[in-house]
Amino acid sequence: DIDLCGPSIPRMLGVHGREVHQHDAGWLPVYTDNSQTLGVMSIGFLLGNQDDPVVWRGPKKTAMIRQFLSDVTWGELDVLVIDTPPGTSDEHIAVMEALKDVKVDGAVLVTTPQAVAVGDVRRELTFCKKTKLKVLGIIENMSGFVCPHCTECTNIFSAGGGKSLAEHAKVPFLGSVPIEPNLALAAETGQDFASSFATSEAAIRFKSIFENLLLDNNGTVAENSGDMDTT
Amino acid sequence: MSSMEITDAPENCPGTGTEDSGKAAACNGCPNQKICAAAGPAKPDPDVKLIAERLSDVKHKILVLSGKGGVGKSTVTANLARCIATKPELNVGILDIDLCGPSQPRIMGCEGEGVHQSGSGWSPIFIEDNLSIMSAGFLLPSPDAAVIWRGPKKNGLIKQLLRDVDWGALDLLLIDTPPGTSDEHLSITQFLAEAGIDGAVIVTTPQEISLQDVRKEINFCRKVNLPVLGIIENMSLFTCPKCHMSSVIFPTSSGGADKLTHQTGAPLLGRLPLDPLVGKSCDEGSSLFAEFPDSKVAQEYCKITSTLADIIKMT
Repeated sequence: DIDLCGPSIPRMLGVHGREVHQHDAGWLPVYTDNSQTLGVMSIGFLLGNQDDPVVWRGPKKTAMIRQFLSDVTWGELDVLVIDTPPGTSDEHIAVMEALKDVKVDGAVLVTTPQAVAVGDVRRELTFCKKTKLKVLGIIENMSGFVCPHCTECTNIFSAGGGKSLAEHAKVPFLGSVPIEPNLALAAETGQDFASSFATSEAAIRFKSIFENLLLDNNGTVAENSGDMDTT
Repeated sequence: MSSMEITDAPENCPGTGTEDSGKAAACNGCPNQKICAAAGPAKPDPDVKLIAERLSDVKHKILVLSGKGGVGKSTVTANLARCIATKPELNVGILDIDLCGPSQPRIMGCEGEGVHQSGSGWSPIFIEDNLSIMSAGFLLPSPDAAVIWRGPKKNGLIKQLLRDVDWGALDLLLIDTPPGTSDEHLSITQFLAEAGIDGAVIVTTPQEISLQDVRKEINFCRKVNLPVLGIIENMSLFTCPKCHMSSVIFPTSSGGADKLTHQTGAPLLGRLPLDPLVGKSCDEGSSLFAEFPDSKVAQEYCKITSTLADIIKMT
């Protein structure tokens, strides 16, 4: 989680408030459970007080991001997912520079359907182009809300922007995910939405998107696991 | 504050251009220590005075902040401005310093406009006689162009936007910022040190995920002595256009902005419902207040602007 100003990942994965432990080889990721199949690193774990803002200029942010990549003993991973802040700034430049000698599969871009959001994602696409980062595809989030009372679907944040951007930019459209209040609440409380609400439309769409993403990109995930070892 | 960035600064680096540069306890062992100690404190930035002069006819300035991205900060900024501008006697400006995601041109229906320069500076784009806007978006060559800049370069452009735009006389300048507590936020508070800022309005959704970052934002404001005028809770409740029943789309596990205002003392300025009309008007660049003045969301905006006007004593 390289969103240093707004590190939300710890809360969303139910590991909010945990500490980072060090050993001789570096920092240990914070694992969500004993199986240690999902490890997390975030500045959220390093803040003394969760309400403290991280008011850093670029160079200090760049140094922290480099540390996350060079000093964390991730071990063998099939996938490392890097959550970034909005924009195309120090954090994005820093992570691309730090990873320049590492195989990066590419970027997934998330947008809501509105033209205003898509307008910013277009610029994000340019960032990918300039940094030679492959665009794995676009996900359209918050794509419609089905009223639980009458089942009418309302496009609260407009419709279709993600798909038409993908067509315009000639990148894959990975899929759309509807607004799901249970997902928002699960994120609040660190609940595993995919397990707890597996039959919801949002969970079904997520599953399909991620399976397509991982399978299309890697063939099978296991094949490329060696490449992702960053220890 | 530092005038030069060093990449390997120690944890409590006092900055490279301050009284304590090179002399503080934290400096021991820093590779830059000798240079900092020899250089001494930085001279005051002459542009800060120029900015104050430039903005001397701008009666009030409000920064619109959010901890988190995607909570609707730009939308709220634009609608606050439009709402205030429904009073023809008030002159309002929007300055959009979100350099990576400059949304205001689209939201205000003036995407693609160019910036004209005259002897007196850069002319803002006028949406109405009493509503003008300046955005980095107008300076970009295309809708696909990206501002892939590190902090110092961003700061340079922000300074220009503050120093060189000829706003004329304004009752209120609303400044739309990127999310977070970063270079842009530090810089703008420094650049406006002489010109003065009435305070900040913080936009959030009801979720704890967003409120967590609002608390950081409030503490940032305290650190830089920026008064928090209040919090606006956006995307509060959705009312189905078909059956008119309400649903909470973004539930909160921690009491929403209400509880936050009790905890922090920052007033709750209002709660904006989730209404597809808002997204639609932003996408189209049209005015919610012209087309749907009787909608709940438009009325809530009017309440909020009235409260804000009282707080900053804008007549």
